[in-house]
Amino acid sequence: MDATVENNVKPVRRSKEDKKVIRKQLKASHTLLKHEGISTAPQPTKSLVVANGGLGNGVSREELSAALKQMGDVDKLIMHPNKPYAFVTYRSEESARKAHINLNGEKLQCGENSVTLYLSYVDSVTCEEEASVPLPEGLVLVEDFVCSEEEALLLAAIDWSSTNTGVTAQKALKHRRVKHYGFEFRYDNNNVDKDKPLPAGIPQECLPVLERCVKNQHIDIMPDQLTVNQYESGQGIPPHVDTHSAFEDTIMSLSLGAKTVMEFRHPDGRLVAVVLPERSLLVMKGESRFLWTHGITPRKFDMVPACDPQSFGDTTPDLRTSSNLTLSKRGTRTSLTFRKIRNEPCRCAFPSACDSQGAPPAPSPPPPPSLPCCHADAALLEEQYVHRVYDAIASHFSSTRHSPWPRVCHFLCSLPPGSVLADVGCGNGKYLGVNLELSAVGCDRSSALVQICAERGFQAFVSDALSVPLRAASCDACISIAVIHHFSTQERRLAAVQELVRLLKPGGRALIYVWAFEQEYNKQRSKYLKDHNKELPENHNPAENSPEESQEPQGKSSVHSSSHSEDNYRTVDNNQHVTDDKLSVHTNRTAFETKDLLVPWHLKDGKKRVEGDSGEGGKKDQQKEKSKKTSRSKAALDCNPATSPGFDSNIFSDSSLDTIAATHSSKPIPGCDTSQTCSSALKSESEIIPAPVFHRYYHVFQQGELEQLCAQQAGVTVQSSYHDQGNWCVILEKALNR
Amino acid sequence: MKLLTHNMLTSHVKGVTKGYPLLIKATEVKVNEVDFNPQFVSRMIPKLEWSALVQAADELGHRQDLPVELVPEYEKNEEFLKKVHRVLLEVEVIEGCLRCPESGREFPISRGIPNMLLNDDEV
Repeated sequence: MDATVENNVKPVRRSKEDKKVIRKQLKASHTLLKHEGISTAPQPTKSLVVANGGLGNGVSREELSAALKQMGDVDKLIMHPNKPYAFVTYRSEESARKAHINLNGEKLQCGENSVTLYLSYVDSVTCEEEASVPLPEGLVLVEDFVCSEEEALLLAAIDWSSTNTGVTAQKALKHRRVKHYGFEFRYDNNNVDKDKPLPAGIPQECLPVLERCVKNQHIDIMPDQLTVNQYESGQGIPPHVDTHSAFEDTIMSLSLGAKTVMEFRHPDGRLVAVVLPERSLLVMKGESRFLWTHGITPRKFDMVPACDPQSFGDTTPDLRTSSNLTLSKRGTRTSLTFRKIRNEPCRCAFPSACDSQGAPPAPSPPPPPSLPCCHADAALLEEQYVHRVYDAIASHFSSTRHSPWPRVCHFLCSLPPGSVLADVGCGNGKYLGVNLELSAVGCDRSSALVQICAERGFQAFVSDALSVPLRAASCDACISIAVIHHFSTQERRLAAVQELVRLLKPGGRALIYVWAFEQEYNKQRSKYLKDHNKELPENHNPAENSPEESQEPQGKSSVHSSSHSEDNYRTVDNNQHVTDDKLSVHTNRTAFETKDLLVPWHLKDGKKRVEGDSGEGGKKDQQKEKSKKTSRSKAALDCNPATSPGFDSNIFSDSSLDTIAATHSSKPIPGCDTSQTCSSALKSESEIIPAPVFHRYYHVFQQGELEQLCAQQAGVTVQSSYHDQGNWCVILEKALNR
Repeated sequence: MKLLTHNMLTSHVKGVTKGYPLLIKATEVKVNEVDFNPQFVSRMIPKLEWSALVQAADELGHRQDLPVELVPEYEKNEEFLKKVHRVLLEVEVIEGCLRCPESGREFPISRGIPNMLLNDDEV
C-alpha cells in the first residue's frame, strides 16, 4: 500500500488497533485480487470496494447504504448476490475519501450482528447489464391477485386446530405446517386417495378467489383439492414436480402473509428464481408444471430486487447476476395450493417426468449404507464414512479442534514425568503437547491430520487403530479420544480396545472417550445439545471439543439438507447387529435416535456469524423434512447439472473475505460422493461456492456399554468410568502380572 | 521422525514375528536443535531398546561414539546424555522409508511422517 494513502487513512499515531485495521485491509485487497480479480487502486478515487459489506455476509442494502450515505452523495451501490463485498461509487472523490477514513475498520451493525468493514479504492466498478431471464414456459405470476382484506379473510379461514390432516403428513412433515382440504395428499406415496374425500371441502372463503381464477382463465375447471402450507422463516420445501397422475395440468398457488423466492429448475440445468410477493397468484401450467421442479430453499433471508419490480411480464430479474439486490427477511408465509384431482392417467408431453407414462421415480440419491454384517463390509463402511471423510475435512476439522478437553488433560498431567504416551487416533495432535514431560507419539488414520501434527512439531505417524505399529508393552499410557465410536461392529470396537491394551506396559493406563447415546445425563444436557440454540456450527462433537470452543461464534450453513432417507429411524435396541436397516442420518445437535448413525459435517471454514437471529431449530426441522421428501418424491433434485451433485451449497455460508480461500479450495474427493449430500440453493453457476456435507459413521455408546466392552478384554481392569459432556469415558489399567 | 519414535515403531505385517527394529533407508535427514533436558533423556533411556537406537543412529551416520552397551550410571554422565539427546531428539528422518527386517515390506517416510498403513492382505 502506498505510504501516503496510509497516512490519509490514519494520519495520527498508529495504535495497535490501527495497525490491525491496515493489516486486515491489506489482506482483504489481496484476497480480492487473488480470488475475484478485483485490483484496488493505490490513490483515492470515487469508488471503493467495501470488503465484508456484501449480501453474502448478511449485510442488507439498506444497512450499508445508510452508513455510506453519511459520508456523502452515493452515486451507485452495487451489491452482487452471494458476494461478501460491495462497491460504492460516490459523486465526489472527497466523499469517497471521507468514507475511507471514517468507515475503514468500523463495525456495521446488521440486525443482531456486526461486520467489520474494510474499504479500498478501486479504479472502476464493473456494472453488468441488468439481466433478466425468461420465466419457465407456462408459468404466470399475477401480483396483487387478492387484496389485503381478502388475504386476512383467507388466513383466518384456515383452521389449524382441527387435525384432519392424515397421519402420513404429520409423520412426514413434523415441522412445516400442512393442511389438506377436499382430498388428502399422502406424503408416503406422493399421491391422493381419490376414493376417500376428506370431510372438509375447500373452505367457502376461497370460492370468490377461485371463481375469479376461472373467470380470468387461469384455470378451466374449479379445483377440488387445497393444500395449505405454512412456512416459518427458515423453512422451505425441496424441489419437486407435483405428481402427474394425481393432479390435472394447472396448479395455482396463492402466497399470503409474506413473500418468498421460489426456484424453478429445468432438467437441463436452467435455474430461475422467482420472487413470489405476498398476495400474488402463481399459475403453473404445461412445461412449468410437468417438467420443471419447484422448491423453496430453507433460509431466513432472500435476495430480492432492491425495488420491487411492478410487473415482470414473462421475465424475471436474474437474481443470480443482478447487482441491484437487497436482503429480505422472510416472514411467515402461508401458501394455498389449489389443484384438480386427475381421474385418468396423465398424457402430458413430458414422459420423462411422468409417472403415468412409466417414468421412474426421481433419481434417488445414493442410499445410505447398512450396518455391516461382516468384517469386509465394516472396513468398507469405515473407509468411506470415516477415513475419507476425515481426510477431506482435515483442515476444517482441525480448525475447530484446538482446545484440549479438560478431563483428558487431567489424565495426561497425572502421568509421571518421562512416561511414554501413545495417542491412538490423535487427530490434529491437540493432546500431544499437553504435558511436555511425557514422550508422546500420536497416530491417526488420516494422513491429512497427521500432517497437521507434524507441522506442529509433534511426533506422529499414519496407522490404523486396529493395527498400531508400536512395540507391545512399550507405553506407560494410551489415550483413545473419540475414536472407537467410529468402528462399525462390536468385534472391531473390541479389537481397538485390545490393541490399546497390547501397547500398554503392565500397570499402564488407557483413557478411552466415546460419544454417548445419552446426551442428557443426570438431568444435565450436554454441550452438544445445549448449543443447539446458539449460533454455532453443527460439526462439534462433545468428545472433540472444549467448552471454550463451543462458545466461539462460527459460520454455519443456512441450508442443511441431506439426501439420505431418514424414514428408517429405528428404535434403540440392545442388539449389536441390526443388519438390514439403513443407517439413519443424525440431525445435528439433537438427541440421538439410534445407536448407529451418520453424522453430517458441514465443510467450511467457519469464522463469521451468518444469520442474526437464527436458532437452529427451524433449519434442522427443515433438513429433516427435506430429506424425507427428497428421498421419496419425484423431485428432480439431481437433474440440475449446474450444481454439482453431492454438494450442499448455501448462500450465506463462508462469505467473509477471510474465508474465501478456504472454500474455494474445498473439493470433494473422488469416489466419495455417497458420503456427501445433495441440495440446492439460489445460485449461479459461476458463483457457487460448494460447501459439501460429509457424513461420518458413528456408533454411539449407551450407558454401561463401554465398560462391558472393556470387561471382555482379559488382563485389564476398569479403574474408573464417567460421563463427560455427552461422552462415556473409562480409564483402564493393565494388570501387573500379565 | 525422530529416533525416539523409531525406537517404538515395529513392523506389524501379518505373519511377521521379528519385525523389530525397522531398518531406516533415509534420503533426507535433518538435525534440529532441541533444548537439552538431561532429566528427560535419563528418564527415556530405560524405556528404549538401546541396541536399536545405536543401530539406527549408525544407519544415519549419527552414531558418534555411542557404545553398543549402555554405560552404567549414565544419569550422571552429561556428555553421554548429550549424545543420546542428539540421536534421540535432534536427528530427524525427513524422507526415506522404513523396512521390515523380516518381510522386506517398506513403509514410506514423507515430510517426516512414516506411513505405516497396511494393505488389506497384510492385516
